[in-house]
Amino acid sequence: MANLATWGNELYTGKRSYPFIGKRKIWFLIAGILVLASIILPIAKGGFNLGIEFRGGSEFTISGVAHQDIAPGEQAVSQIAPDSHPSVTNIAANTMRIQTDKLSDEQTVQVAQALADAYGVNKSEVTSTFIGPSWGADVSRQALWGLVVFVVLVTLLMAAYFRTWKMSIAAIIGLFAVVVITIGIYSLSNFEVTPSTIIGFLTILSYSLYDTVVVFDKIRENTHHVFEQKKRTFAELVNLAINQTLVRSINTSVVAVLPVGSILFIGTFMLGAGTLQDLSLALFVGIIVGTLCTVFVQAPLYAAMRMNEPAIRKHDAQVLEQREVSA
Amino acid sequence: MSKTGPIRHARKALLWLGVIFIMLSILMGVGIMTNNASFAPKLALDLEGGTQMILAPQVSGGAPATQEQLDQAVQIIRDRVDGSGVSEAEITTQSGKNVVVSMPGVPDAKTRELIKASANMEFRAVIEADQRVTAVPEDQRTPAKDLPKPTAKPENGSDPNWVDAKLQKEFEAFDCVAEIGKGASVVHDPTKPMVACEPSTATTYILGPVEVPGTDIKDASSGPERNSQGAPTGGWSVNLEFTGPGQAAFRTVTERITPLAPPRNQFAILLDGTVISAPRSQAIIADGRASITGGFTEASAKDLAEQLKYGALPISFTIQSEQQISATLGTDQLRMGLISGIIGLVLVAIYSFFQYRLLGLVTMASLIVAGVLTYQAIILLGWAQNYRLSLAGIAGIIVAIGLTADSFIVYFERVRDELREGRALISAVETGWKRAKRTIIASKAVNLLAAFVLYMVAVGNVKGFAFTLGLTAIADLVVVFLFTHPMLQILAQTKFFGQGHRLSGLDPSLLGAVPLYRGAGQIRRFNQEAPEARGKKNTAAAAEAERRQTIAERRQAAAKTGSTGNADTKESDRG
Repeated sequence: MANLATWGNELYTGKRSYPFIGKRKIWFLIAGILVLASIILPIAKGGFNLGIEFRGGSEFTISGVAHQDIAPGEQAVSQIAPDSHPSVTNIAANTMRIQTDKLSDEQTVQVAQALADAYGVNKSEVTSTFIGPSWGADVSRQALWGLVVFVVLVTLLMAAYFRTWKMSIAAIIGLFAVVVITIGIYSLSNFEVTPSTIIGFLTILSYSLYDTVVVFDKIRENTHHVFEQKKRTFAELVNLAINQTLVRSINTSVVAVLPVGSILFIGTFMLGAGTLQDLSLALFVGIIVGTLCTVFVQAPLYAAMRMNEPAIRKHDAQVLEQREVSA
Repeated sequence: MSKTGPIRHARKALLWLGVIFIMLSILMGVGIMTNNASFAPKLALDLEGGTQMILAPQVSGGAPATQEQLDQAVQIIRDRVDGSGVSEAEITTQSGKNVVVSMPGVPDAKTRELIKASANMEFRAVIEADQRVTAVPEDQRTPAKDLPKPTAKPENGSDPNWVDAKLQKEFEAFDCVAEIGKGASVVHDPTKPMVACEPSTATTYILGPVEVPGTDIKDASSGPERNSQGAPTGGWSVNLEFTGPGQAAFRTVTERITPLAPPRNQFAILLDGTVISAPRSQAIIADGRASITGGFTEASAKDLAEQLKYGALPISFTIQSEQQISATLGTDQLRMGLISGIIGLVLVAIYSFFQYRLLGLVTMASLIVAGVLTYQAIILLGWAQNYRLSLAGIAGIIVAIGLTADSFIVYFERVRDELREGRALISAVETGWKRAKRTIIASKAVNLLAAFVLYMVAVGNVKGFAFTLGLTAIADLVVVFLFTHPMLQILAQTKFFGQGHRLSGLDPSLLGAVPLYRGAGQIRRFNQEAPEARGKKNTAAAAEAERRQTIAERRQAAAKTGSTGNADTKESDRG
């Protein structure tokens, strides 16, 4: 703690300072490249690994299997529905998942029985899911709606709280960077995109903005009386605020990531694909990207947006002039 | 602020927390005593096992279903599902366009058909009526020799010649109570007579073939009944309007049955094979505008009008998604979910202790209080609103551990900032809180807004995730205001924290307070203060740090002493 606390002290007093604002063009460039890559990557890969909620099909899950061979599962499905393209996966210890093209009700019942026989379990251990392709589209449309409603409401909320539109706009632009980059990284992982994933992304919006509000609050506090002092320029005050909240940013994101990481780890290595895994990967990446974006994109963006205001330019000139005089 | 001020405030806040806790506990106690609630949260279908079907409405003509139609459809499906003997089914509309049916267990093909089938409404003429809801006792039934033998082919829908021996037997054996809800699963030939009952008047009927199908209803409404002079009678009536073909058919029926003797002057309106009303025809209706009167209250007239209006609409459903989750899988996921929650909590605890030393205890205690409040809220909502905890909901709670701890960090860092400004702990806690409070409220508002929006748009069990996120955000606000802050106020008065013990997490010297900075010597100073408590490794690390920092620090110290002093720095930071 000693070193981190000392580090925190130095950040707080401004003795140690990282040039978040000064080097903003580099950060924006990096963020821009990442956003671009996140858009290109999924296209280059030929789209996302969509879950059957988006493709449509039948899914069977078999618990407590006697063995985890893939061939018997494929064979069992092919016997009944020869053209159904079964994909058999071992998703967790003793659990198999079989996804197929859409089966009829009768076929579903027969396949469930055949799978139970093939894996030596009781029929009650076989669960079947049928999902229409429009289901995933519906979820996405709803999610998109949620996104629009949330962004509008939160923009208003932030504008009212901070009493400046520029903070809202900087926060929202940064937010899109967060979401796009998270989607890009998610695509890289090749995890399936399921409705849980979509909801994970929506939750990131909340976390990312939460983090931004905390940092912006400090910026607001620091720059509230910007014109009443002649020691620091506006950009310097913003930079100081970011540095002063750096320890907090690190601590909160570590604390937020720990439980999510625990779900992700257990979800991935002990349970396999499912609600927990999809949700937690989106959150895990999103929280980290969200914190980084607040510090490197959103706050510098806000400073950049305001630095050209005449009053602030004038004040900055005064500060620099005085600095030269005293030097 | 005086020494007693914060303490009094802290006691008051803790008292309020106690009141909230006790009130929730009493409510829980009442729930459990009356056997309506239990200590274990109600589990959603994904954890308990069951089936969830998402149904997309299919309206004839391709028009989208209205919310009213959906609500009516939900009512009809609920009647059918409850009637078929499956209990605990949850039937809801979803985002104004789908119907979600969730039920424990796996529905059989019959139940599935029942759910998918469109509501079937029809008008049939009454041939016989008997005021009873159960079967006629065996010994009172008509003896075989007296059973009716039709003498001629029936001429119209009211002709007693429809009643043959088989139908009479069925009529007498008809048990209304047992038949309710089965209506939709039994297909009645519209060209044949049938036996049906009207539960609200406890009457069993023999009915002729379908005279007017429900699809011929154009509109239905309810309103105050008026006499021939147009003055209100004080009663309520249901007004029906038929389409062109319905108009003609209805005219034929009323022409025929109006002069007949009771009960053959009645026509029955059936929904899914059950009679919902059997009004007597008092006049020939030629213009297709019928009015049903007699014994309605405002509510019952409205009910019937809605049933006629929407029940007649041929909405059928296609199963868009059907998920069967066995309890085995659910239990496994639940266990793993809980394990990851505990691991997450332990990791957060370790990190808190590492970062904030004994203040970490306050974090843990706060998290526990938040957990208890959330638990109580879940139990109570389960009781009052039938809220069930899904796996996604549990994930929401686990994610919330980190988000809850966040607000403590915002607060603690603020207090530390104030200490760095050189304040004494008691006042640092107060000013730090004043500033942190704003930030916490603003950021939690964003969380709550997100949870609210997620909840409103979310589909399926993701609603549970949004719900618990919102619930825990509220619990977090309660805890940080009524527990964490008061605890810090009280702890600030203790010698251990107040004098900034090295392990308190609020050691002013460690935070660089008073004096803010004195150059390289300072590190040596607090290392030397308590060398015995530090491990050998720490001493070595600190010494290493000292060696490394000395040059940089000296340079900066030299630069600092030149122009800018501590006082200046402080001034501008205070802004």
